[in-house]
Amino acid sequence: MESPFLKAATPPIEPIQEQIGQQTNVIEIRHLKKSFDDHEVLKDISIEVARGETLAVLGKSGAGKSVLIKCIVALLEPDAGTIILFGKDIAASGKKEQTGLHNRIGFLFQGGALYDSKSVRENLEFPLRNLKIKPSLEEKDKLVVEALTNVGLTDAIDKMPSELSGGMRKRLALARTLIQKPEIMLYDEPTTGLDPITSREISRLILGVQEKYQTSSIIITHDIECANIAANRIVLIRDGLCVASGTYDELENSDDEWVRSFFEWHADHTKATTAMQGKKSAR
Amino acid sequence: MAHGVLGENGKERQPRRRRLHFPVVEAFFSDAGLLSLFNVRVFKTVLQPPYEIREFLKQSYLIGNKSLALVGITGFIIGLVLTIQSRPTLAQFGAESWLPAMVAVSIVREIGPIITAVICAGKVGSGIGAELSSMRVTEQIEAMQVSGTDPFKYIVITRILAATLMIPVLTVFSDAFAFYGSFLGVNLRGDVSFTLFFSQALTKLTFMDVFPAFIKTFFFGFAIGLIGCYKGYNASTGTEGVGRAANSAVVTASLVVFIIDMLAVQITSLFM
Ligand SMILES: Nc1ncnc2c1ncn2[C@@H]1O[C@H](COP(=O)(O)OP(=O)(O)OP(=O)(O)O)[C@@H](O)[C@H]1O
Ligand SMILES: [Mg+2]
Repeated sequence: MESPFLKAATPPIEPIQEQIGQQTNVIEIRHLKKSFDDHEVLKDISIEVARGETLAVLGKSGAGKSVLIKCIVALLEPDAGTIILFGKDIAASGKKEQTGLHNRIGFLFQGGALYDSKSVRENLEFPLRNLKIKPSLEEKDKLVVEALTNVGLTDAIDKMPSELSGGMRKRLALARTLIQKPEIMLYDEPTTGLDPITSREISRLILGVQEKYQTSSIIITHDIECANIAANRIVLIRDGLCVASGTYDELENSDDEWVRSFFEWHADHTKATTAMQGKKSAR
Repeated sequence: MAHGVLGENGKERQPRRRRLHFPVVEAFFSDAGLLSLFNVRVFKTVLQPPYEIREFLKQSYLIGNKSLALVGITGFIIGLVLTIQSRPTLAQFGAESWLPAMVAVSIVREIGPIITAVICAGKVGSGIGAELSSMRVTEQIEAMQVSGTDPFKYIVITRILAATLMIPVLTVFSDAFAFYGSFLGVNLRGDVSFTLFFSQALTKLTFMDVFPAFIKTFFFGFAIGLIGCYKGYNASTGTEGVGRAANSAVVTASLVVFIIDMLAVQITSLFM
């Protein structure tokens, strides 16, 4: 540590690290357009996600949220606009590069997309087969058990996906996405269909992953509580455009009634709880 | 709601596209064209590493295991029935001793391969079609792609190769069961020992009976795998897409099997 050589070598590296660490946006979407036949789903979407940031995307059902994140992983080809991941335009990258990119991105499908013909264990092992450094059998086992523990599914390890309940499937899908320890996570409705307690646990898990691995994430959700717990910033999509962006508190107190309406239930709920508590204490 | 209104407006503005007068013909040619493109893609990817050996072996096992009983029973019955049915005709010519040889030639050259292929078009082709289309509907294929595995290699190539390998194997089984059925059929009236039956049956079989018939079963297998995968892989999303894919996989694969058979006979006859 005391070596003069090291001291001399340290300073020039620092600014670069800082640049990578803080200033670059890991995901940059500019003027994205996507339509199906004559149905314009996304008209002009521009979104940035910085390293370590979690962005929640809200919008009505059918607003094109799933289409948006499918464009990011190149499952759908945008009609216009650019998508830049880790500073590289994905449209310009070849097939090999895309496979490399896919190893760094985790994608949670809205419907789970579990492999029906594979057991829970095989489902979890599947993403590991593409890692650059192939894990040994024991390491694989450890990763699988760890992933299942995270979502509370250790008992189900040798079951088939068809034997799981809807919520368990959802959690398994989440575990399968997280097992790769990706740098970017795209969650399509991670908490939909789960009970409030599990929802909260999943939201905390997402937050934990983000804090532990500095993952950058986009969460698509209707669950305001999840957005509140896990996201740093929220974007609202309506009619194919980003209509609002800000932190939870900013949007909750927005001037726009439509924006506020997303938060109303939760606000009512909190109010009601406070009121009830007030009554209790009054008694 | 807002989208519904937009959609209706969109439709009103745009005049309906005029369809061709023969939608069936149009569908046939577009299907044939797309199938050929799919075929080209198969040939392009099949040699590229990585090779999914384990998945290929698993699929081969599944295909073989799933169809063995059905193929065996059908072969047995066909052999038996063919023998019983042919006996009176041969007896008229006083050529009953030719019975094993005649049945053997019909089974090896035609009936074994075609029956196996048609059964497998129904069982394997529809199975692949249904499985792949439901993988498509539930986004499993997309999930595979996103996790960095090429689904075309992992799902499609392995299944096509497995079908190409297993249909010939199943045909051999079917032929064997048919021989056994025929042996019993001969013995219903008369007493022929097992060894005599087989020496009578097999000595009349020539290389040109066996070899072209064996080769064509590879083509049957390839066609069944290819069409099942094509229909399933490109299934329209939605649950009704699964049924449609399975159904049209069977219909198309059976038809193509017969067409290949016809071509194979023509080509073989050139060398006879
Ligand atoms: N592959 C496709 N082909 C045609 N239309 C599509 C396709 N995928 C999505 N759409 C259309 O795009 C629109 C947006 O779909 P999307 O799945 O992104 O909605 P969403 O915002 O995720 O809704 P939800 O919250 O219900 O999941 C829908 O109107 C849908 O009909
Ligand atoms: Mg969606």
